[in-house]
Amino acid sequence: MIDHFLNDLTIFVLAIFVGYEIISKVPVILHTPLMSGTNAIHGIVLVGAMLVLGGADTTLARVVGFCAVVLGTVNVVGGFLVTDRMLQMFRKKSGPNEP
Amino acid sequence: MIHSTSLGGAIHFAYLVSSVLFILGIKGLSSPRTARSGNRLAAIGMLLAIVATLLDRQILSYTWIVAGIVVGSAIGAVAARTVTMTAMPQMVALFNGSGGGAAALVSSLEYRHLILSTGALPIDSGISILLGALIGAISFSGSIVAFGKLQGIFTEKAVTYPLQQVVNGLLAAAILVLAWMVLNGSGGNPAFLAFLAGSLLLGVLAVIPIGGGDMPVVISLLNSFTGLATAATGFALHNVVLIISGTLVGASGTLLTVLMCRAMNRPITNVLFGAFGAAPSGATSAGGGRAAMSGKPVRDVSVEDAATILAYARKVIIIPGYGLAVAQAQHALREVADLLKARGVEVVYAIHPVAGRMPGHMNVLLAEANVPYEELKDLDAVNPEFESADVALVVGANDVVNPAARHDPQSPIYGMPILDADKSKHILVLKRSMKPGFAGIDNELFYDPKTMMLFGDAKESIAKLAQTVKAL
Repeated sequence: MIDHFLNDLTIFVLAIFVGYEIISKVPVILHTPLMSGTNAIHGIVLVGAMLVLGGADTTLARVVGFCAVVLGTVNVVGGFLVTDRMLQMFRKKSGPNEP
Repeated sequence: MIHSTSLGGAIHFAYLVSSVLFILGIKGLSSPRTARSGNRLAAIGMLLAIVATLLDRQILSYTWIVAGIVVGSAIGAVAARTVTMTAMPQMVALFNGSGGGAAALVSSLEYRHLILSTGALPIDSGISILLGALIGAISFSGSIVAFGKLQGIFTEKAVTYPLQQVVNGLLAAAILVLAWMVLNGSGGNPAFLAFLAGSLLLGVLAVIPIGGGDMPVVISLLNSFTGLATAATGFALHNVVLIISGTLVGASGTLLTVLMCRAMNRPITNVLFGAFGAAPSGATSAGGGRAAMSGKPVRDVSVEDAATILAYARKVIIIPGYGLAVAQAQHALREVADLLKARGVEVVYAIHPVAGRMPGHMNVLLAEANVPYEELKDLDAVNPEFESADVALVVGANDVVNPAARHDPQSPIYGMPILDADKSKHILVLKRSMKPGFAGIDNELFYDPKTMMLFGDAKESIAKLAQTVKAL
């Protein structure tokens, strides 16, 4: 059990450094897409929701798990789509109006 | 979950690839050229992780999972397609809240699973579960309050009441006691449910005293909370991809939050607990400055004069603020800029880091209006240019151009880096009325002898300016 925990902790600490390094270089103009893009990434909690719902054995657990999957999916799908919508507007030179 | 079978190994490997794609994706987001493909890489990583998870042997039935994904996709897709760019901050808040809610629910189910299967809560899983539930629940309810404030459902002002910090402190202490009771097994299910309810309440109480203008910081912070809740869930389920992704987001959100606070020159504690922008604070915090100002005259200008000054300038720096977004005038503003450029005027946009209602919000709004991003300059890049500018055109911005931030230690915004609009030859301010900005203080720039005020709705004023410039 403690081995498991130490493994997880190692990954956690390394991920903090990676997260800090890759993000400290983002220019201000991309802060909103960055926020909504990373917002979509934490929708990965959907994986956890799928695992607990997949193993659910009572109606209550299924209902709760179902809600978790719905919420997680909203986070993922909405997050990525909205980020893409924003990013397609960033262009170098002013071109013709697009919808 | 570390698997011994080859299938388990394959899933684990897929999670590794997903994690790498997330890292590359966020890296891609660091440049406007690669941002879109970066976001797609991350989305592919997500799809891979989801498909791999479907193969997990822990999953016994697919019906509910597939149904949940279909429902969630429909809601997410419709919301993402229909939201306006002005409403982007509250949309991100909602998506963030969904993730936080999911993390809290997953933690709760894992708690129940462990209690039913082993009868007790091992200390490491227990702490991970409690942290996931606590942070997830705070993020869920906090995000909903932030959404309500930004959407105008609740007041945007800071809501304060006597002993607010004491109440929050007592609630936090109660949550700690409940957590202890859950961990040592003395509390059982009721303690866990009370813990969850307390966490939800704490999320609400923590966000209501924060004013609308500070929402960029709050959303950024809640984003990092959901990331950490996800990571905690990963600890409870021993799932590496949850730990890595959640932590990446937790780190990025924290960094963004710090950057925001630095841009306002206010410590994070002041943003979270200072109740900046509370209803009564305008009267008290403005102090002597306001009394001294109120008698001074301001210089009114006609549309014709304003258009002439702009049209015959060599260099115009536009300072857009949230008022521009509220008036939905970004497209009209770009038209004026285009007309000026056609006449040979050099036009750049000066973007303050906290312009808008989320970090970088103003850039998105202007990008929507087809303003090329090379014309958008941030504070450090543009400030030396004001001295050589003929006109600083302030549209719907207020506190970020208040020179008091530079020299008046009594001012609540003292020390905040501002755009040096006052250093240009002329200052043209488009404003609805003399109402103070978010900080609730008077702006001495408006009383500067070089300043001309064009009162009225930003969109109408800009449209009239465009017509007049065209006719010149």
